[in-house]
Amino acid sequence: MDDFLLRALLGGIGVALVAGPLGSFIVWRRMAYFGDTLAHASLLGVGLGILLGLNEGLAVIGVCLSLALLLVALERQRRLASDTLLGILAHTSLSLGIVALAFLETVRVDLVGYLFGDILAVTAQDLYWIWGGGLLVLVTLAGLWRSLLAMTVHEELARVEGVPVLLVRLIFMLLIAVVVAVAMKVVGILLITSLLIIPAAAARRFARTPEMMAGLASVLGCGAVAIGLWVSLRWDTPAGPSIVVAAAALFVLGAAMPIRQFR
Amino acid sequence: MNSQKLLNVNAVSLTLWDKIVLRDISLSVAKGQVVTLIGPNGAGKTLLVRVILGLIRPQQGRVVLQPGIRIGYMPQRLSIEDTLPLTVHRFITLGTPAGRKQVQDALEETGAARVMEQPIQSVSGGEFQRVLLARALLRNPDLLVLDEPVQAVDVNGQYELYDLISRIRDRRGCGVLMVSHDLHLVMNTTDLVVCLNHHVCCSGHPDSVSQHPAYLELLGNEGARRLAVYQHNHNHRHDLHGDVVGVPDPDSHG
Repeated sequence: MDDFLLRALLGGIGVALVAGPLGSFIVWRRMAYFGDTLAHASLLGVGLGILLGLNEGLAVIGVCLSLALLLVALERQRRLASDTLLGILAHTSLSLGIVALAFLETVRVDLVGYLFGDILAVTAQDLYWIWGGGLLVLVTLAGLWRSLLAMTVHEELARVEGVPVLLVRLIFMLLIAVVVAVAMKVVGILLITSLLIIPAAAARRFARTPEMMAGLASVLGCGAVAIGLWVSLRWDTPAGPSIVVAAAALFVLGAAMPIRQFR
Repeated sequence: MNSQKLLNVNAVSLTLWDKIVLRDISLSVAKGQVVTLIGPNGAGKTLLVRVILGLIRPQQGRVVLQPGIRIGYMPQRLSIEDTLPLTVHRFITLGTPAGRKQVQDALEETGAARVMEQPIQSVSGGEFQRVLLARALLRNPDLLVLDEPVQAVDVNGQYELYDLISRIRDRRGCGVLMVSHDLHLVMNTTDLVVCLNHHVCCSGHPDSVSQHPAYLELLGNEGARRLAVYQHNHNHRHDLHGDVVGVPDPDSHG
């Protein structure tokens, strides 16, 4: 196998492994649009990172986290509904990012690469970033698992039962920001949410426990990465979108499978 | 304040969005006592519960819990996403890690052991309330706080649930603070009724509250028809927002 292909596969699998459990929580907590907003904002992070000479990944995490905090503050105002606020923030930050990149006269930036991913260009350094960040996210998520699950079911009940709800929610947002920064390279800003949500949604029918759903989502995500990459090589299609199409195909296949449905 | 009390609410006032939603509320719950909060929709019952649980900070007044007290809480309205695969057993242990036997015992105490391995989304309204109660009991609480414990339960089931709560109190000797909308259902199982409409309209033994003019004006339309005689000598009225109008001193009654 070619080196670049092996790196692409390792990078994709690294992202898919993290996306399974985290994506399951995003599905359970109905945060799909929230994840999408953070993903859109990451382009602003890229722009600021280059302008200010910061590490790209850290700049993306910083921008995503600031946006998440801004959103929490805005939601307290209760003037506009959450989805309206998310829409405003998502597209404003994406546009700001593109405008910021346009100011960079000396650096040429591969905008399409950022928007739709460039998995075949994953470097060894990217792999450290993906696997290191991914491991950190998984370990943190495992530590928060029961608290986060209790909050997802009923936040106030969890609070009365002693869960530090605000802290856990902040850490969860941080985890999403890290995964967005990590997954950007693989599927691109516009497609990150699909890698979080589609495998988790596909896993739901076959899962009887939250852990089973999270694990199965990871497995399906890895499958989608492998199939997508193969399709991309075989028919010379763009890799990121091919992975997402593969995930969607697995979802449809799972939905059509005649099994006894667990509710 | 009385140190025997599990819970003391002292002159609590709460203003939300420029509207006084709780005004000068005081009440207490002692060990082994069942106190029922009753009042119309939007009277602030759930807000008061949230203040008591420390989820909202009141602008004035204080909530004093006996030190080291464990609270078992049963919230109002809890719907669980269909996307979350969760059995009843797992749901119960989300609050307190516990072994299988303990979960089984708690569910048996509330009469819902049958559904232990079922998906939580598939249990009926009455069973769900019993599951919630079991989750609260698993904490071995000194004080149970139950917000509308009989919602989504048919009338016979409502009597049974109130009866069960009363028996749990007898067996465990814990205090109970619960919210209800129907005084006549809880008459036999409660020691003290606090009638709430942003302020405490009246409080006392259920028999006396059920004939109290303030209660009758607030909620008594239904009950009044069933009572042979009642004297309509209330000393204040409520406007559409539940605020007291046309009374010189709002605290002089009840």
